[in-house]
Amino acid sequence: MGLELSGRTYDTDEEGYLQNLSDWSEEVANLIARQEDIDMTPNHWEVVNFLREYYTEYQIAPAIRVLTKAIGKKLGPEKGNNKYLYELFPYGPAKQACKIAGLPKPTGCV
Amino acid sequence: MAAPKFETPQLTGHRVIPILARDAMAASKPYAANALMQQALGFPGALVDDWHDKALARLGELLGQYRSLKVYLDACVHCGACTDKCHYFLGTGDPKNMPVARQDLLRKVYRRHFTLAGRLFPSLVGAEDLTRETLDEWYTYFNQCSECRRCSVFCPYGIDTAEITMAAREILDTVGYGSKYTNEIIGKVHKIGNNLGLPPAALQNTLEGMEEDVKEATGIDVRFPLDEKGAEVLLVTPSADFFAEPHVESLIGYAKVFHQAGIRWTFSTHASEAGNFGMFVGSYGQMKKIAMRVKEAALELGVKRIVIGECGHAWRAAYSFWNTLIGPIETLDSRYPFPEHICELTHALIRRGALALDPEANDHRVVTFHDSCNVARASRMGGVPGGQFTIPREIIKACANHFVEMDPETTHEKTFCCGAGGGLLTDELLELRVKGAAPRMRALKQVVDEHNVNFMATICAICKAQFTRVLPYYEYEMSMVGGVHQLVSSAIQLGAKV
Repeated sequence: MGLELSGRTYDTDEEGYLQNLSDWSEEVANLIARQEDIDMTPNHWEVVNFLREYYTEYQIAPAIRVLTKAIGKKLGPEKGNNKYLYELFPYGPAKQACKIAGLPKPTGCV
Repeated sequence: MAAPKFETPQLTGHRVIPILARDAMAASKPYAANALMQQALGFPGALVDDWHDKALARLGELLGQYRSLKVYLDACVHCGACTDKCHYFLGTGDPKNMPVARQDLLRKVYRRHFTLAGRLFPSLVGAEDLTRETLDEWYTYFNQCSECRRCSVFCPYGIDTAEITMAAREILDTVGYGSKYTNEIIGKVHKIGNNLGLPPAALQNTLEGMEEDVKEATGIDVRFPLDEKGAEVLLVTPSADFFAEPHVESLIGYAKVFHQAGIRWTFSTHASEAGNFGMFVGSYGQMKKIAMRVKEAALELGVKRIVIGECGHAWRAAYSFWNTLIGPIETLDSRYPFPEHICELTHALIRRGALALDPEANDHRVVTFHDSCNVARASRMGGVPGGQFTIPREIIKACANHFVEMDPETTHEKTFCCGAGGGLLTDELLELRVKGAAPRMRALKQVVDEHNVNFMATICAICKAQFTRVLPYYEYEMSMVGGVHQLVSSAIQLGAKV
């Protein structure tokens, strides 16, 4: 399994999550987003960038509350909620946004 | 993630037995675990060359270990009582999802190799050799059973079909053919302590954020303590409660209950997971290893009580298995049940008037209750028969003025699984999950249409995640599902005199 971009292949798992965190770049993110039918706007990037920052510090994606609070601070309180995140990432902010951010899929009863 | 194409079942007003759709779900199976995931649990990394002999040898061992399994494989008379009781059969119409047919995938091999008639006259007694095709069918169809045991309620012999599924999955793991979803998660529990893989620093950060949120919302300092020695209660909850919506709303509810009751409590980083996927894969060894973390944490922290949060199969694992897995734990206070459910704790506090609750806080809700399969059919609460049904309902009624029951054929011990229990809560099984939810959705639709129900409470992390995912397929808001302690959280009057 893999993604093709500019003559390079990036390994992914069965569902298209990057296997190697270090393979991520904005171009790769844009490619994954296109496959997910998502047009990346600045607000999408705010979420993706926050996920990556948080992951760098904690080795896991942030809990939904942590994420909504951070996005509320950056984009305004009316956007700091689960509903808005689902508008950005209809397949679920945790799973779809993580995929675009090049992070592993959250596992468990989520 | 191109959404898989399938049709969502139509919800008609009455229950229908589907027209058979042969092989409708033959292509539905979870991704196989890779070598690293398998080996982390001590299983072979890939299908072993001598899978045939190894699988039969493991079946033989299991038959020796569990007399129940032998009885269940022998006793079925194919009466058909179970056929239309399974949500996956009702939702998909695939005849191999009739519980009897699914079990027969294993039973036919058992008969061929472990019974005299099957050895001598296989075709007369439905006995068949174990072939690669059958092994693949085991993987496909035993991963279309959520081990919910609804069929067992209707079986005149009381055959526990979940035990047959568990045995099949255990055999598959033993020959190197495990499911990625379950086995990756079990590996994370062994390595990090929870299904999510939430490391201690992230857990600490998440809980601190929760304290800020509750302070902002209520003005009260409600604590979410972690690894505090000398606490009275160790709360073990599914890690989804830290991470996901609507789970986190119940987590806040637990904390508020402890706060108002003045109980010193703590989470543990070492045992930051109530779920026990060892049960789903039928492995007593994995189950024990996962449960042992709870005992170690309880001893390390010196707690007197171990309380389980809203997680269906965690409660089953604790209630039905902890006594041999990790019990008894001498340092616990014997005046409290071991294990103790958060609903038992909250209910006891309500009964003695220790919580100030204002049910009007939930007046915007018309609430129904979805019994989670593992709680309903494998446990009790309050030490009385049926306590697992009455206690959560009494909590809801203390917290909300509008409560409506769903069709009694779909509640209490006859409850339908949400559709993704038993280790099937994974995206590649979405068609199965959506279709398997149909019987519950049908009962929900009825109370929505007749009574304007807008909130379905449940006490299981899997139910919450599954319904959040599938409700939109049935054109309902995902926020319709939530926890019992989410209602408690809304109703509780922090700081009020009681």
